[in-house]
Amino acid sequence: MTVPVSITVNGQRYDREVEPRLLLVHFLREVVGSTGTKVGCDTSQCGACTVLMDGVSLKSCTALAVQADGAEVTTIEGLADGDALHPLQDAFWEKHGLQCGFCTPGMIMASHELLRVTPDPSDAQIRHGLEGNMCRCTGYQNIVRAVRQAAGTTAGQP
Amino acid sequence: MYAPDFAYYRADSVAEIGRLLRAHPGAKVLAGGHSLIPLLKLRLAAPPALIDIGRVAELKGIAVADGRVRIGALTTHAEIAASSDVARHAPALAAAAGVIGDPAVRNRGTIGGNVAHADPASDLPTVLLALGASFAVATDDGERTIPAGKFFQGMMATALGDHDVVTAIDVPAAPGGQGQAYEKFSHPASRYAVIGVAATVELRGETVGNVAVALGGLVPAAVRTGSVEQALSGRAPSAEAIAGAAAAVSNDLGDDLIGDIYASAEYRRAMAPVCVKRALTAALKQASVADAPAARSPWWKPSWL
Ligand SMILES: Cc1cc2nc3c(=O)[nH]c(=O)nc-3n(C[C@H](O)[C@H](O)[C@H](O)COP(=O)(O)OP(=O)(O)OC[C@H]3O[C@@H](n4cnc5c(N)ncnc54)[C@H](O)[C@@H]3O)c2cc1C
Ligand code: FES
Ligand code: FES
Repeated sequence: MTVPVSITVNGQRYDREVEPRLLLVHFLREVVGSTGTKVGCDTSQCGACTVLMDGVSLKSCTALAVQADGAEVTTIEGLADGDALHPLQDAFWEKHGLQCGFCTPGMIMASHELLRVTPDPSDAQIRHGLEGNMCRCTGYQNIVRAVRQAAGTTAGQP
Repeated sequence: MYAPDFAYYRADSVAEIGRLLRAHPGAKVLAGGHSLIPLLKLRLAAPPALIDIGRVAELKGIAVADGRVRIGALTTHAEIAASSDVARHAPALAAAAGVIGDPAVRNRGTIGGNVAHADPASDLPTVLLALGASFAVATDDGERTIPAGKFFQGMMATALGDHDVVTAIDVPAAPGGQGQAYEKFSHPASRYAVIGVAATVELRGETVGNVAVALGGLVPAAVRTGSVEQALSGRAPSAEAIAGAAAAVSNDLGDDLIGDIYASAEYRRAMAPVCVKRALTAALKQASVADAPAARSPWWKPSWL
């Protein structure tokens, strides 16, 4: 069985026929070809696959593409405005909030969610808000600094 | 990981969910998918069809009426945690919903899916049992109501029949003088409950009134602990009374304690009274704030705390 879906990814609409079991993350990576979103654990624990659906974060390894039918999905590729990086991307760059970068797309999308819900978070709130995202390199300190820098800008606004 | 193949249907109304379930034997409903999709990916379940109920508007929302909070089955954990109505009338439920998994999990997971899945490591069965909630269920021949005490029957086993759909959860609004708390010992990676304890305690002047305490993570299905409840009810609140009542939890644990690579059965048995004590202390503190003569004045503190 295939099912027709219409999913808007970073402003561009994709009308496709998909198998119901196709995960949203595979729709993004393999159908759309946007490989910024990563698969880490594949068991909804690490957050590498975090994207926004209608402005709200979700782990795309634990959603079916059919569930996103009609929705607007934003991935890491959709944050920058042309050459101008999003304030969160700027902040991760400046504060060295990444090393290998594998967790970074998910970490930035989860930070986007954090700032949407808590525009001016304390360090404890930042750590709590990113608790579903794992980084195996940075030790988190610089990630917290990056989010703190981005807070107070318009980072949480889509 | 790829789920086994399945057919997919989408329902727009509760009536249509029932029709689709009857038309496709063995089908499972899909709500937030945050328990079902992992099971499919691990191939621990292989239903021939999924009925997606995620867009059924009549299953969403929170309303307060007739002394209870009615929460639609599709309401997400994030919505419950953010609701001022739930915070006011069922604070232990708000607290529990806010410590489920992580923000992305809370954005997708629903209260109906959580209780229907009945994972012993879940938070909501425990708290709904202590609060005396009941479940509105759409069945083949109409509606029925199942009290939480009859709903959870074992490890991932509930009173729901094959075609039954939870439509709403009714939670009695906390009466005046009652304190509520949810104490969770989280698994450090998944954030599931290794142990969860929900407690409600009423304070009547200098005496403890009704007490309800439910346990999660310890035995295959969330249970009330009558021994703790009886040991504290009718007593004057004190640190000793709380500790004594908490110790009584061991009478109610039986031999079927859960153990896994993270926390053995022996460890859980040893930690149970600790978590119960914390939950009772927090609930009594809330009750004494609600009961304080100069209502809710921040500096008022009972002598025994
Ligand atoms: C990484 C991770 C961490 C988590 N941590 C926690 C935690 O700390 N605490 C906790 O409590 N939970 C936790 N969960 C589970 C989460 O709360 C789930 O969302 C929830 O248990 C299931 O809700 P759902 O809407 O996602 O249901 P689904 O996965 O869609 O469905 C689950 C089951 O319930 C059935 N079902 C769904 N809705 C209904 C209905 N209305 N009527 C009848 N049957 C129905 C489905 O057929 C299926 O069998 C975690 C999940 C993940 C992935
Ligand atoms: S890949 Fe989705 S949470 Fe790890
Ligand atoms: S930068 Fe390597 S995993 Fe986070």
